[in-house]
Amino acid sequence: MYDFQYTKANDVSQAVSSVAPTGAKFVAGGTTLVDLMKLDVERPKMLVDINGLPLDRVEPEGDGGLKIGAMVRNSDLAHDEQVQRRYPVLSQALLSGASPQLRNMATTGGNLLQRTRCYYFRDVNYACNKRNPGSGCSAMNGYNRIHAVLGTSQHCIATHPSDMAVAMMALGATIFVTGPKGNRSIPITKFYLLPGTTPEHENVLGAGEIITHVTLPPPAQNAKSHYLKRRDRASYEFALASAAVIVELDGRKIRKAQVAMGGVGTIPWRAPEAEQELAGAQATDRNFRRAAEEALRGAKGRQDNTFKIELAKRTLVRALQTVTQA
Amino acid sequence: MKENSPDEPAKTGKIDSSTKPPSQLSRRTFLGNIATVGMATTAAPLLQVGELDAQQVHQPTTDVAEAPTSAGTAPVSLKINGQTKNLQIEPRVTLLDALRENLGLFGTKKGCDHGQCGACTVHVNGRRVNSCLTFAIMHQGDEITTVEGLAKNGELHPVQAAFLEHDAFQCGYCTSGQIMSAVALLKEPCGKDDDAIRECMSGNICRCGAYTNIVAAVRSVRGGA
Repeated sequence: MYDFQYTKANDVSQAVSSVAPTGAKFVAGGTTLVDLMKLDVERPKMLVDINGLPLDRVEPEGDGGLKIGAMVRNSDLAHDEQVQRRYPVLSQALLSGASPQLRNMATTGGNLLQRTRCYYFRDVNYACNKRNPGSGCSAMNGYNRIHAVLGTSQHCIATHPSDMAVAMMALGATIFVTGPKGNRSIPITKFYLLPGTTPEHENVLGAGEIITHVTLPPPAQNAKSHYLKRRDRASYEFALASAAVIVELDGRKIRKAQVAMGGVGTIPWRAPEAEQELAGAQATDRNFRRAAEEALRGAKGRQDNTFKIELAKRTLVRALQTVTQA
Repeated sequence: MKENSPDEPAKTGKIDSSTKPPSQLSRRTFLGNIATVGMATTAAPLLQVGELDAQQVHQPTTDVAEAPTSAGTAPVSLKINGQTKNLQIEPRVTLLDALRENLGLFGTKKGCDHGQCGACTVHVNGRRVNSCLTFAIMHQGDEITTVEGLAKNGELHPVQAAFLEHDAFQCGYCTSGQIMSAVALLKEPCGKDDDAIRECMSGNICRCGAYTNIVAAVRSVRGGA
């Protein structure tokens, strides 16, 4: 591992000023960054340790929503009483990801910024436009079974690995950041960037900006939510396909549905086409399948990952069946 | 199964001490000596790490050619198993490497070194973490517990005893990590049945496949045997 300078920040303004030098990065849980530093994928010249920042609380918001500090650990968020009761899709998504040890380390902010598990991104011996812009994409015609089918470009087909972010995408979370130019808030649907021609730019965070907290809107009355994850083994594995669904039912009629998908997109994937298909429809398998067809309409498979398109559709149908069960 | 840290010879579990040779020659020292004698002319400096004395803090040598930037070392104070240890180390030293290479606490194992196997599991402030994915310098002031710190007054922790009782290992390499996870699990919100135990232990991989007995050991400590 390359050597680096280390400093610890005690408050947010100190963190923002400390990270100003070129090559400086924040380190929180370290579960992504330290891993990638060992692979030489990340080579920060300086680490700013933000584990001492007072951003580790889950608090109710005045409007009935929830405010989640960026340093809240994944395990604490998953087991938070309010999250379990009012936002079960988020708790389920968190508990489906990683291992108990990693969830004790990983933070809310860090999870949003998790890097892809693309083998070629993680191995500096291969071409990767995300890691080394302009070098090409070894995944495109390589072994791409775990790669994305939605939101891909000619330059990158890397999958976003987070479960938590998929649930937050369905919930319509808002991400609050602080930086050299002050504070701003970003709807999570505007936070992630499709790879396009610049896969190295994964989100809209500017230089020196830090996520301080995330807010969730108040859950609708009678809304039910569910997270379903499909993967190669029962636990401790990334999604091949997952679905986060939030449905408001009026009898057997769907008043409103919020749908996001994981394991299939280059970013956590909100599926508004599926939501439109479901709004006002009866909660039937046929309508669920129609929604799933809409969600995956733009999907493009490559030689090893085409199976994900049908898997994702069935995953969404199953999640909708589960959440609308009486 | 349980290795004692060189600076804490008194903390020997009952079963462990009864199986130890009278000379108190540890497996690690024994193997280290053989290797050093056998290959003294070629590789002695590398292999002598087997004789590492925790009292003498091992300083990682910095090869200038391999280190593009040199941030130098920094004083790092760690509280491990109730004892304060003062180190002078580079920021890039992981907590796992500090425990093993600098403090001679070899009970914590290095498996994958990427947070995928759980062999390096330790407790930080009572919570289990992968010590390979965090830097030692980030843990000043934290309470760190390793497998060497579980036994109290010569008595094995109930989880350690259960692992022996249920033969919950084969080669033993993952065992300290499994035990550290199981001890943490007892205080975590984890369901009651075996499926829940498997899920809560899923961050610890056992290459030998001793899972059935690991689940039995954890179940017995939780009172479901």
